[in-house]
Amino acid sequence: MQSAPDFKTRLQVWLPKLVLSPSIAMVLVFVYGFILFTVYLSFTDSRILPSYGWVGWENYSKLFRLSHWEIAITNMAIFALLYMVICTVIGLALAIFLDQKIRGEGALRPIYLYPMALSFIVTGTAWKWILDPGIGIENTMHSLGWESFAFDWIKNREYALYTVVLAAVWQTSGFVMAMFLAGLRGIDNEILKAAQMDGASNWNLYRRIIIPQLRPAFLSAFVILAHLAIKTYDLVIALTGGGPGRATELPATFMYSYTFTRNQMGIGAASATIMLMTIAAIMVPYLYAELREKR
Amino acid sequence: MSVASQDTTIRTGRVTRALIYLTLLLFALFYLMPLFVMVVNSLKPLHEITSGNMMALPEVWTIEPWRKAWSEAQIGVQATGLKPYFWNSIKMVVPAVFLSTMLGALNGYVLTKWRFRGDTILFGLMLFACFIPFQIVLIPMARVLGIFGLAGTTWGLVLVHLVYGIGFTTLYFRNYYAAFPTELVRAAQIDGAGFFQIFWRILLPSSGPIIVVSVIWQFTNIWNDFLFGASFADFSSQPMTVALNNLVQSSHGVKEYNVHFAAAILAALPTLLVYIVAGRYFVRGLMAGSVKG
Amino acid sequence: MGFLDIDNTTKSYGPVEVLHEIDITVEEGEFLVLVGPSGCGKSTLLNMIAGLEEITSGEIRIKDQVMNGVHPSKRNIAMVFQSYALYPNMTVGQNITFGLEMHGVPKAERDKAMNDVAQLLQIEQLLDRKPGQLSGGQRQRVAMGRALVRNPDVFLFDEPLSNLDAKLRVDMRTEIKKLHHNLGTTIVYVTHDQIEAMTLSTRIAVMNGGYVQQLGTPKEIYDTPSNLFVATFMGSPSMNLIPVKLRVDGEAVVAETESSEGDTLSLSVPNPSARLKSYNGQTVTMGVRPEALTDAEGADHRSTHIEKVLNKVTVTEPAGSDTFVTTTIGGAECVARMRADTEATPEEVTEFAFNMEKAVFFDPKSEDRIV
Repeated sequence: MQSAPDFKTRLQVWLPKLVLSPSIAMVLVFVYGFILFTVYLSFTDSRILPSYGWVGWENYSKLFRLSHWEIAITNMAIFALLYMVICTVIGLALAIFLDQKIRGEGALRPIYLYPMALSFIVTGTAWKWILDPGIGIENTMHSLGWESFAFDWIKNREYALYTVVLAAVWQTSGFVMAMFLAGLRGIDNEILKAAQMDGASNWNLYRRIIIPQLRPAFLSAFVILAHLAIKTYDLVIALTGGGPGRATELPATFMYSYTFTRNQMGIGAASATIMLMTIAAIMVPYLYAELREKR
Repeated sequence: MSVASQDTTIRTGRVTRALIYLTLLLFALFYLMPLFVMVVNSLKPLHEITSGNMMALPEVWTIEPWRKAWSEAQIGVQATGLKPYFWNSIKMVVPAVFLSTMLGALNGYVLTKWRFRGDTILFGLMLFACFIPFQIVLIPMARVLGIFGLAGTTWGLVLVHLVYGIGFTTLYFRNYYAAFPTELVRAAQIDGAGFFQIFWRILLPSSGPIIVVSVIWQFTNIWNDFLFGASFADFSSQPMTVALNNLVQSSHGVKEYNVHFAAAILAALPTLLVYIVAGRYFVRGLMAGSVKG
Repeated sequence: MGFLDIDNTTKSYGPVEVLHEIDITVEEGEFLVLVGPSGCGKSTLLNMIAGLEEITSGEIRIKDQVMNGVHPSKRNIAMVFQSYALYPNMTVGQNITFGLEMHGVPKAERDKAMNDVAQLLQIEQLLDRKPGQLSGGQRQRVAMGRALVRNPDVFLFDEPLSNLDAKLRVDMRTEIKKLHHNLGTTIVYVTHDQIEAMTLSTRIAVMNGGYVQQLGTPKEIYDTPSNLFVATFMGSPSMNLIPVKLRVDGEAVVAETESSEGDTLSLSVPNPSARLKSYNGQTVTMGVRPEALTDAEGADHRSTHIEKVLNKVTVTEPAGSDTFVTTTIGGAECVARMRADTEATPEEVTEFAFNMEKAVFFDPKSEDRIV
């Protein structure tokens, strides 16, 4: 006699999917649904409120004719490049140095990492006043008697962007250090022993054996830093407010001001779409590879 | 590390070693300097900052700036100090952290122990959601919160943080439960435990470390958020970060730098405390978000 | 109808069929071992009996009740896992009684059952400990206790000894056998270890590639393997396979092969079947177990068909109780099991004795035994 599965057994089969479904529904609506909506808006004549008059690529062509946007993406390119390179260099150097059986490593590591626990708003506030010529480093040097000392980058259109880089590097380079340190600690000691037996110098040991093995850490650092760079918003708001002038305007601040203060929602949506595409171009292949390996 | 690793220290000369220590110490100073500046200047009267040296210790020690930052400072239109915003942040963070961790745990449980066709794709969709630039959802989110009457409310922010946090919490629990022996689940099934009984009785009691990681990560992220708070909150629900920024950017009156520094520390204090108490778990959370597995 | 029926059961993952029409009937009190190399489908079959994997087609019945679609906990089975799968957050006592608790058995009854089982397995002093504090052997006992306390119709064992060290494995093997003997329970036991299979079982199902290659008593499987796979998988060292040419002469059949010195060896085959005779003039594979290829003094005295041949020794491997002697016959490397004090020396010709009563023959194309 064939006994059909009873209700409880069938419920057990469906329960897992049932439990997962609210999360999936939320993500589908609030993430992917919203993305579609914003992308759609970027093709409409929305101003202060969403409106559904189709204008094709007009917002995008307007966007790329705006000098404001051009400044934002140029700044983005400079900022992202410097931020990623400097963070990687400092992170890798500190990790290698810390890996030399350093006395006090346990005290140094948390000092390098704590900025990561702070809000970008706090970081921005602190650096804003430290870099302020009126009360910060410049003023300090003057009061110490070095009258000719000048450090006014944060007020200078040419250099203000580099202060954003400085504060951002301060916040994240310790984290990059931790990623590389984990990578270094994961390297098989016997390989190092073998290389030393082969007569490799320290320099060659790192250049030929160790750093090539840190490839996964480099990849992760690149992905995380790139995604942080593109999303940088709070730091600029707190540190420079995008100024002086438009000197530190980034796509994230551009999007916010065009959408919510200048009432150009269509253009704001177009800029958000471009930000998403940039991040997707980096994240999708990475996530795809990560998830496929796990099988 | 094993005993075998002891003799594989890369040998360095004495000069090199001294240089290494020097570099490490200089960087330690670099990372500590802003914290030092904040603390020292929050304990000074204002004129000591404007006329003096930012790096010097206070001549007159005072906690007046702290008191002012907490309960008197002019933020927006009212002179309330950070106090009400602190409670706004707490009211937002606690439910958002709790709910996102619970959902993340259940999702991770389903995605590892009750696998089905297409589960990896669903997980990938959830994970990608962690990395989107949130500018892409600001416009529709503002509309939806308005439609549901959640605009400007704490519950609206809770919803927002829940939605954009479950990707990370799911990732944590999925990675953790992937290493949890599936045979235990099968044994419990044979013993007659159902879906939720297995979760409560078998998995959850062993999930202590990952719950801590998830709670810390969510707490830090949500507490430190600015974009959502600035976009979707009004006076009754604005979090600490928004209040701090309003305080610092406000253009009228004398700039009370000492109060700004005290306010910045107050805004940073909860996450700093968490970091000091449970830094190990904080780092684990950071790493899990980047180097998976 | 048996006690446990596996009736025409198949298992597919998508388009891939991993188990093909398995048909096994287990009687009450039997100890069935599923043995085979990894990936042969034995664990999948066990999981299907347990209800942990769905049945694609066919039926599994326990006590004539169809189990397809029945939840694992409602099948009245218990399972011992390879990793023991003890709940790490519960004490030994809680581990043992968890199943009873889930089935709503009152506390007093649970405690009594727990104490009975603990006494039977001599783990009373461990009841308040956590699994993390136990040794491998103790965990194994607790895992069995958890299974026993349920008093199930069928016990399922999934490679329960493979995580133990060699000595403990032998001890626990004896323990399981004793338990089966004393309690008379029905057991289905999965292993890849053919010695475990031989020593524990009342019947063995040898599996490979999703097929049951042979189902029979340990003796049947060992003495009359149904094909080359079973012949070589069971037994260690494995069965020697020598290509021989059959020559039929009236009632007598002779298997011809070549010695290492190039001489023709003619080995007469006792009681040849008609089927075997039909291979007249063809080359077939002769299977001879190492213990049926010995030195002359060590040959089975009860056997009436001992064939002595001279051949050169390649390697000798003293193993204490016996010496394994390697030689080449008919181009195939063979292992002979000789007495410990054999005089065989490498590179020298010595006398080998074939016990032809134990020889079996396989069709080289189909690889099946010629019955």
